[in-house]
Amino acid sequence: MANPNKVDVAVMRSMLSRARGLGSAKSGTAHWWAQRVTAIALIPLAVWFVATIIQLSHQPRAAVGHWMASPIHAALLLALLAAMFHHMQLGLAVVIEDYVPAHRPKVAILLLVRAASAVLFLASAISVVRLAVAG
Amino acid sequence: MSDVREALMVGRGSTGKPVARPLSPHLQVYRLPLTAILSFSHRITGIALSVGTFVLVWWLVAAATSDASYATVSWFLRSPIGYLALFGWSAALWYHFCNGLRHLAWDFGHGFELSQSRASNRMVLIGTALFTVLTWVIGLAAQ
Repeated sequence: MANPNKVDVAVMRSMLSRARGLGSAKSGTAHWWAQRVTAIALIPLAVWFVATIIQLSHQPRAAVGHWMASPIHAALLLALLAAMFHHMQLGLAVVIEDYVPAHRPKVAILLLVRAASAVLFLASAISVVRLAVAG
Repeated sequence: MSDVREALMVGRGSTGKPVARPLSPHLQVYRLPLTAILSFSHRITGIALSVGTFVLVWWLVAAATSDASYATVSWFLRSPIGYLALFGWSAALWYHFCNGLRHLAWDFGHGFELSQSRASNRMVLIGTALFTVLTWVIGLAAQ
């Protein structure tokens, strides 16, 4: 019953889901993109962090609190911690996905790494805020 | 036969005797190119830096807690093991930093020629050594 006059336009359509990066994984390029965004953020932050650690390494505890009392210092340190732990969690996830073939252990380790990086981020961020307020 | 894939790995030697075919590349004799070594080093340094975050968190939590806990973390960081760990992490950080910059350049489509990747191999290694030495020269001078 094919109509010889009917033109099939389906092939003319671009696959919007593919164009938007939504392939079979349904999450698209979000992981890859976030890894790059955090990497770019960490370029200046890492240099600043090393310079800061050098300054603070020979100081007593009170000086660390005094340094943290500057809102700029505390804000940059929080930005570093957020970008760093997110970048770390994304990177470790790729390593786990590559080297842990069995589904259940893979998911378990992925969840463990996410939980650990979230707790480590929160513990360090709360410490920075406490020093910034009290220091 | 434990794995069905082994069925594809049966050949015959020059005498006609059945032998297991060798796997390729021959990992015992295959010398990894420097680019390959630097590629997996990016992952290894990333994992090492992840371990290092525990010490950073310890330092921050101790500084926010008490003089006694800050003294403990300072004692650890000034012990020989502490210095060794800090040196390792500084080298891992600068390696991951330099090789990460190269990865970003690749993401933008630059430097894929063999001659270019050989040149960037050298730049990554020289950059890592330079920044690590600079960090410790300035760091120890500040003490």
